Formats: sequence, structure tokens, C-alpha cells
Amino acid sequence: MAAILIIARLTIREAQRRRLLWVALFMGLAFLLVFGIAFHYIRLDIERQVTAGDDITFVSLLLLTAGLYAVNLLTNVVAVLVSVTTLSGEIESHTIDAIVTKPIPRWQVVMGKWLGFAGLVLAYLALLVGGLMLIVYLRSGFLMDNIGRGVAMMALAALLVLTVSIAGGTRLSTIANGVMTFMLFGLAFMGGLVEQVGALIRNTAAVNVGIVSSLIMPADSLWKKATVYFQPSDVSNPFELGPFAAITEPSSLMVAYAVVYLLVLLALALRSFSRRDL
Amino acid sequence: MSDLVIDTHSLRKEFGPKVAVADLTLDVRAGEVFGFLGPNGAGKTTSIKMLLSLTKPTAGRATLLGRPLGDLAARAKIGYLPEHFRFHEWLRADEFLNLHGELYGMDRAARGAAVPRLLKLVGLEDRAATKLGAFSKGMLQRIGLAQALLNDPALVFLDEPTSGLDPIGRRVVRDIITDLRQRGMAVFLNSHFLSEVEKTCDRVAFIRGGRVLQTSSLKEFEEEAMQVVVRVGQPTPELLTGLAQFGRNVALEPGDGRVRLTMSDEAQLPALAHWVVQNGHNLYELTPTHLSLEDRFLQVVGEESDE
Repeated sequence: MAAILIIARLTIREAQRRRLLWVALFMGLAFLLVFGIAFHYIRLDIERQVTAGDDITFVSLLLLTAGLYAVNLLTNVVAVLVSVTTLSGEIESHTIDAIVTKPIPRWQVVMGKWLGFAGLVLAYLALLVGGLMLIVYLRSGFLMDNIGRGVAMMALAALLVLTVSIAGGTRLSTIANGVMTFMLFGLAFMGGLVEQVGALIRNTAAVNVGIVSSLIMPADSLWKKATVYFQPSDVSNPFELGPFAAITEPSSLMVAYAVVYLLVLLALALRSFSRRDL
Repeated sequence: MSDLVIDTHSLRKEFGPKVAVADLTLDVRAGEVFGFLGPNGAGKTTSIKMLLSLTKPTAGRATLLGRPLGDLAARAKIGYLPEHFRFHEWLRADEFLNLHGELYGMDRAARGAAVPRLLKLVGLEDRAATKLGAFSKGMLQRIGLAQALLNDPALVFLDEPTSGLDPIGRRVVRDIITDLRQRGMAVFLNSHFLSEVEKTCDRVAFIRGGRVLQTSSLKEFEEEAMQVVVRVGQPTPELLTGLAQFGRNVALEPGDGRVRLTMSDEAQLPALAHWVVQNGHNLYELTPTHLSLEDRFLQVVGEESDE
């Protein structure tokens, strides 16, 4: 089992040595800066025009949700980009040969990489979410209820995308794996959109398309589940949250499905790498 | 049986309809340096990959150090220098060796002793803090060799260990191999440099078309395989028949009247000279030459290798 930790540490060290960590950190801070400036000025404008306390709070909620939406997208994309080349690249370059011939089971190499990247992606998510919350709190004193649960859904979505990318890397070339993972991500996104529209116009077929697509890739459903947590329970009309509203709430079963999906996919990745010819 | 470090029976690997290795049957004894020779595409790399469990055999069985292929306890006593020797280039040389030491399960103290010793062995002690990305091909190969020796293995696989090296580097590697043998390690050497194999190996296997054609001891065929050229004024059929009593493969060279034969015993040369002269031939030349491994290689492997 020691090998899992060795590989996880190696993965994090690689991110650090290849300046991935620093670029991600720097760009994350730039993102927060832009958000902070925008939030400040919009808030300034609203304060001049609106006097009702509830409405001002609502603007904070809307902007924070928009920020979290961007963070969700960024984290998912980063999860794919950092991990998409790790197995396929090392298999293609034969760097992996000297590693897997050591007295360690092969699955531990995959597990170690997964663990290392999971740590990086979760730290990145924590940094961005923490930064957003801090900016909003410092400027307006607004704290979102249930943000922990919502962020947990975002974390699960990011890990899901990471697992798809790692699993794909055990068999596919880097480029094919990248295309597959992004397309799955896009499919879930499109399916989610279709489902929303379907729910809006009460079109069962569209809703079903959305459900099937979220079964193929549950990442987008998890984001919707997160927005449900982000919305205050007393919002009577979810459309007030605009494009970030969850019109249909994914059930808890969908969350359980996503967890099982992740675990099964990870198990398949370990098995697939253990059995393949290098 | 127990002193065999590699023991394979009819290992076979197919990739779809293509047979990469048809029948790999060989044994390598403890403490010997074993050369693995064959033309490109003969199945050498696939064979090594099967032995190291990088690739799963389609059929056949094999043991390494008396344990089945892929056994982790056996792998702890095996070193491997891959042919491509591509490593994590963002690691420093000492970090690289430390990483691989950790993967071998060596504790901090063992690594602390082994890493400087091996850096020195391969002549990279001044480069401990240099990143592998800044290494030349030859330096990478040497650090790869150090990596393969970290765990003090009982069996080392070296896949083309000198392909990227200049003559000095090759000499260093050759000396290391000789040293390994003296310390009782078995070495499985895959190399295109036949002169190298000739200088370092105890036994060699010739492989072609995924099959082991012949396994022989170098000492053995150095003794047995002496080519003798006899040049007389007028070679006659009686001369050829007569020479057959001294050696094998008697053949008349077209053109200049040279006769070639293979002899096993140098001590027979004076008798041969005597016989030729006694039978009324004018002897112009009598030249014994030892068959080089390259000649031998071409003899065993070369005939149909243009397929």
C-alpha cells in the first residue's frame, strides 16, 4: 500500500515541478480578483438603486452562484487537463515501464495517481470557493446557507470527471482520451440543458433525454443538485436565479448513483491498467 | 533446477493474427551473463516484456528466480533497464534513484547508502543535483543502469544498455557487467553490439522469428569454431576428401583455390600441414581464424533474415 502514497506524492511533486501548481494558483487568484472587482461595482450600483435588504442579499446570492458556476466549470476542466496525459503519456513514452516492473501491484500506480490528482483538484476547488465566499462576505456580509453541501456536490462532480479521464487513460491515447472526456462532459451539459427546457415546457421526451444523459455522465446533475443547496428555500420562483436555477431537482438517488458510478469506474480503471500489455 | 534464475517453456505471444514470439524456451543459470541475440523484429523486446510481466504471454509457462511471472517477491530481486530509458525528466538524479529505491521498498537508510554508491558506480556522482531533463542520452542510460541495481538484484535485465553510449561509456558498462558477474548476479543482456556480448557473456541464445534457434556457451564455440584456410597450388577432389578427416564443412572457395574448413582442435594444425605436403601439394597458406560472434550470428540467424 506504501506504493500508493509514493505515487501520489510523485504526482503532486510533478505538478509542482512542471509549474502547473503555480500557474493554477496564479490564474485562480486572477479569477478571484476579477470576480472581486466586478462584485464590488455591481454591489455599489445596486446599493444606490435598491433599498430593500432582501433584494440586496438576493443580488449577492445571484453573483456568488454565478461565481460558483464558473468555479465548477474551471475545476472540471482543470481536472481533465491535469490528468488526461498522465497514464497514456507515460505508457506512450515508456516512462511507466521502470515503475510497473517494481515489486508493486499495478493497480496501486493508478490509485496513487488518482489520489494525487484528487488532492490537487480538491485543493483548487477549496481555494476558489473559499476565495469567492471570502470576497462576498467581506464586501456584503452575506453568507450562503448550505454551501458545504453544495460544494460537496461540486467536489464529487470534479472527482467524477477526473476518474473518467484516468480510466480513459488506461486504454486510450492522450488525444482520444481528452476528446472522450470533454465530449462526455459536454453531453452531460447539453443533456442538463435539454432537461431544464423540457421541464419548463413540460416535454417528457426532452426530460427523458436529460435523464439518460445524466445517467451516462452525472456531472451536470451534481451541479444542479449543488444549486438547489445554494438557493434559499424561500425562493418561491426559481427562475429568479436566471440561468443558474435548478428547475428540476436531481434526487438523492442521483447523488448515490454518481458515487457508485465513480467507484465502479475507478475499479474498472485499476483492473484495466492491471491487465493491459505495455 | 533451483539454480535457474530464468526458466521458460514455450512462451508464446500473439497480437491478433500476428505471432510476435512463437516459442521461447530457455534457461539462465544463477550468476551467468546471458546474451540474447537476434535480428530486428525477432521478438526480443516482446520476450523481455513477457518475462517482466509488462506483457502477458498468450501461452506457455515460465519462472523467474523460481517464482511464477509477475510474482512481487521475485520482482524485489530483479533489476531492469528498459530499452527506451525514458524517466521522469523533472526529477533530479538523486531524487530519481530515491524514488525507485522507495518503489523497491528500501528504507531511508538503505537508500541513503545505495544512492551515492550507485551514482559513483556509473560516474554521475557530480550530477546528483542535476535534473534528468538536462541529461544526455548516455547519462540517462547510465542513471537507468544505476536504477536497475538499486536493490542489489539477483537478476538484471539490460535491454540495449549501451546503445546510446560512446566508446568510453560502453567500456564503463562492460566493466559494470563484469563486476556484477563477479558478485554473483545473473545478467540478461539484450544487445546489438556483438563485440560487447562476446566480451561479457557466458552464454548466448540466438532468436529469430520468435523462436530460440540455438543456445550455446561462448567458451564452447570459441574452442569448437575455428576456421582454417588452406591454399594449395592445385586443389583436387582427393585433397578435399582428405581434409575432411581434420575438420568439418570443408569447402572449396571459387576462384583462387582456397579451401575452408572448420576445426575444433588447434593442436591438429601441424598434422594437417604435414598431410597436405606429404600428399604432394604445394602449401602456400595455412591460416587459422577464430569465428567471431558476428560470423556465428550471421551463420545461425542470417540465412533467411531477409524475409
